[in-house]
Amino acid sequence: MGDKADVWQGTLALMVLKTIEALGPLHGYGIARRIEQISGDALSLNYGTLYPALLKLEQEGAIASEWGVSDNNRKAKFYRLTRAGHKLLATETRNWEQTTAILARFLSPSEDLA
Amino acid sequence: MNRLRAWLLRLAGTLPNERREHELAAEIEAHLQLHIDDNLRAGMAPEQARREAILKLGGVESTKQFCRERNGIPLLENLLRDVQFALRQLRKNPGFTCTAVLMLALGMCAAVAIFGFVDASLIKPLPYRNPNRLVGVFEKVPLFPQSNLSYPDYLDWKKLNAVFGSLDVYRHDGCIVNTASGAQPAMGTRVSDGFFRTLGVVPVLGRDFRTGEDLRDAPATVLLSYTAWQTRYGGNQNVVGKTVTLDGVPHTIIGVLPADFHFAPREPSEFWMAFQPAGNCDLRRSCHGIYGVGRLKDGTTIETALADLTSIAKQLEKQYPDSNRGQGAAVAPLSEVIVGPLRPILLMLLSGTGLLLLIAGGNAASLLLVRSESRTREIAVRSALGAGRARLVTQFVTEGLVLVAAGCLLGVASANWTMKLLLRLIPQDYLASMPYLYDLGLNGRVLVFAGGIALLAAVVFSLTPTLHFGLPRIGSGMRDKLADGGRGSSGNTWRRLGSRLVVVELATAVVLLAGAGLLGKSLYLLLNVNLGLRPDHVATLAVAAPPANYAKDEQLAALTRRIVGRIETLPGVRSVGIGSQLPVSYNGNTDWIRIAGRPYNELHNEVNERDVSAGFFTTLQAKLLRGRYFTDAEDASKPRVVIVNQALAKKYFPSEDPIGKRIGDTELKPKSIREIIGVVEDVREGSLDSEIWPAEYLPFNQSPDHYFTVIVRTSQEERTLIPTLTGAIHQIDPHIVTLKGTSMEEAIHDSPSAYMHRSAVWLVSGFAFLALVLGVVGLYGVVSYSVSQRTREIGVRMALGAERGSIYDLILREAGRLVLVGIAIGLACAVGAASLMKGLLFGVRSWDVPTLAAVAAVLGMAALVASYLPARRAAGVNPVEALRAE
Repeated sequence: MGDKADVWQGTLALMVLKTIEALGPLHGYGIARRIEQISGDALSLNYGTLYPALLKLEQEGAIASEWGVSDNNRKAKFYRLTRAGHKLLATETRNWEQTTAILARFLSPSEDLA
Repeated sequence: MNRLRAWLLRLAGTLPNERREHELAAEIEAHLQLHIDDNLRAGMAPEQARREAILKLGGVESTKQFCRERNGIPLLENLLRDVQFALRQLRKNPGFTCTAVLMLALGMCAAVAIFGFVDASLIKPLPYRNPNRLVGVFEKVPLFPQSNLSYPDYLDWKKLNAVFGSLDVYRHDGCIVNTASGAQPAMGTRVSDGFFRTLGVVPVLGRDFRTGEDLRDAPATVLLSYTAWQTRYGGNQNVVGKTVTLDGVPHTIIGVLPADFHFAPREPSEFWMAFQPAGNCDLRRSCHGIYGVGRLKDGTTIETALADLTSIAKQLEKQYPDSNRGQGAAVAPLSEVIVGPLRPILLMLLSGTGLLLLIAGGNAASLLLVRSESRTREIAVRSALGAGRARLVTQFVTEGLVLVAAGCLLGVASANWTMKLLLRLIPQDYLASMPYLYDLGLNGRVLVFAGGIALLAAVVFSLTPTLHFGLPRIGSGMRDKLADGGRGSSGNTWRRLGSRLVVVELATAVVLLAGAGLLGKSLYLLLNVNLGLRPDHVATLAVAAPPANYAKDEQLAALTRRIVGRIETLPGVRSVGIGSQLPVSYNGNTDWIRIAGRPYNELHNEVNERDVSAGFFTTLQAKLLRGRYFTDAEDASKPRVVIVNQALAKKYFPSEDPIGKRIGDTELKPKSIREIIGVVEDVREGSLDSEIWPAEYLPFNQSPDHYFTVIVRTSQEERTLIPTLTGAIHQIDPHIVTLKGTSMEEAIHDSPSAYMHRSAVWLVSGFAFLALVLGVVGLYGVVSYSVSQRTREIGVRMALGAERGSIYDLILREAGRLVLVGIAIGLACAVGAASLMKGLLFGVRSWDVPTLAAVAAVLGMAALVASYLPARRAAGVNPVEALRAE
């Protein structure tokens, strides 16, 4: 597992929001698995760290939760995006793209910088 | 916005909530189930599937803990838990808790209550516009550093000065007010027209005096105090324009002063009249009866003002040598004029409470030390279980803060109550003259002061136990402690610190005791000072004859003869005298004399002047040294005579017989010349603590006044005679106003100087008593603790054959050393402290040996008892048990 990247603080929230947007209401385990799959197993995610992040998003009103039944008939707490969550996802995505674009320009060797 | 929402939710989440906890558990469990299902599907064994799921989660409990921390605010939660724990700890140990809280509350209560008084009288600004620009303006003569002005001098000062924006005057003036229910005495003040403008006070109703309304021929006008308006006129809005008859003269009411207005030197004054000079005093340059109040111009200092007035006074001295010889000027901040005499007493009391607070704090701190010592084991256990140093310190600080908070709240609440109580203990008459005390209470400044003490206490209380554990020792030495259980050498640090605290406490107690002792002795000497008269069985009654009915001197002389004649026939009356003023009141009402047939020394030969009847000296049983008393027949028709006191005889006739010598005024006008016919032993005319001044006594019938005091020696209880006296006088003339009646002893007992000294003695004695108790309790605590620490040592000693006597010796010697050091330091400090309050002592030196010896003896005895009890316990130790207790 040595070459797996840790999850940055802050980016986990964005991943969670995006995951829920993509898959609709989903329980914590599902979100964790999905994040791992999407990352191509390149992320080392302690599933436990997901729950405080979910709690924070819920406290901030980006997601809401209710109990439901999973595909294989297990009772679980499902999270869905709220209207504020959609908005948050949009701004956060934009912010992230901007940041990465700026960073990419720094990191790629370029004539302009010389 | 969302942040805020999240914080609020977390704040709410800090409170314990079972449902949420339950839900969290369910969610984690569901997560695990889902994961296990997946793992099983992937072909794992059930055991392994669960293990993998938990591993991937990162632990069930830690996940829950992360969520809990996110759910609430961890710092706040810890704090709440600490407070809960502290409360539980304190409740488990009610003796310790109550004692510590009470000590703190006691110290706090005393300090805050006295500070309340200090604030109300010394700190709170006077209720005038820019009060720090206001000054009291006086003339200055050798006998009076602050003497009254004369009206003509005032007019010149007002005209010539360049330092005051305005300069105004007021004059004491009791007045007789005619009401529907007859003539009543009332307190009034005459002020110059700009007086209220100078103070910056505006009437709430009507108008202020107009310029010129204080001139001789202006119509008589008066402003009412708010209280007079409320009580005499029921707050009637139409009062302005009405007429009130004061001293037989109709005055027009022109306005009402604000409710919060007060002018302490003249309270409770109901009528504020325009000055309007009249009579034979106001217009005479040598008659000094008014006080000045000036508002300094911007940028002018008191020193410049004084210099300016002094040069004017010099000029007047040249211009009017007969009246103004030796008349200088004096200027002082108005606040000092008003509360000046209170300052040393209040500051002394505040220092006293400071010392008391020190002892109380020291005691509470040493209690805390003992307690933390006995908790060494608990700390060791908690630290071994993983409590970090910061966490342990926080816990102790929290406990200290809880104690301080409880103590301070209790202290401040009881201080509020104590202030009210003390205020109620002040006699109404005195309280009326201290209007600045009316709104005494917990105001902002007092609360800040209390807060300061609380902060200090908080620092001490949270640091003491932390220091005790010695920050480096937490952790490193813990294993020893765990094994040792707080036995042996670990107590030494505490014993040293505790001993030092006790020495400080004892020394402080000595200072307070010595202060109380010296003040008590002063009071005793004061009340037993030689009065030159016998005060027992003497009733007195102040009387005012209406000037309209008794305009001529002969009428007054005839009136007093009738009064004396009538009262002499009353049952139980031995003798009756009349005096212009009661002895033991104040030095003043002076006259300047010059001796006939001698070159003038050009000095102020200032003496007390008293006008007394023939029976005055015999009634008071003053002792005649030479010559004779007056006779009743000596009135204006007879040669003018005078009796002098011993002080006058000694000062002006040191080597001659004064009998037959003649004295007169500074110009030796023929009608002022009087022959000395007698010398009496000094009668104390001034207050108990003031010096004896030279005094001349003139026959009342040759120099009568409308205000005089009837003095009656009786064989019965003197208080019961007063109504009879009043009745008898009203029978002679119902228009005569009788003012306060009192017994001579009461008058002396309640005189301001006696009252001041007495209150100081009571309060300081109270502090000293508390200090003694607290100090001795502190000593007891230290010695007991030391005994409990040394039980094993004592056991060993006894097992090796030490006698019980030597154990007593061991413990008492340790206590004795502390006591001796404490007393020695205390005595040294006491002498220093007493010399600081020399002004409050009367007849005792600050190093009064009997007092200091008595203090040392009292404290020594109390300390002996306090250390004997634990010593007996030590001597009663059973060596076998002491050793087995290990």
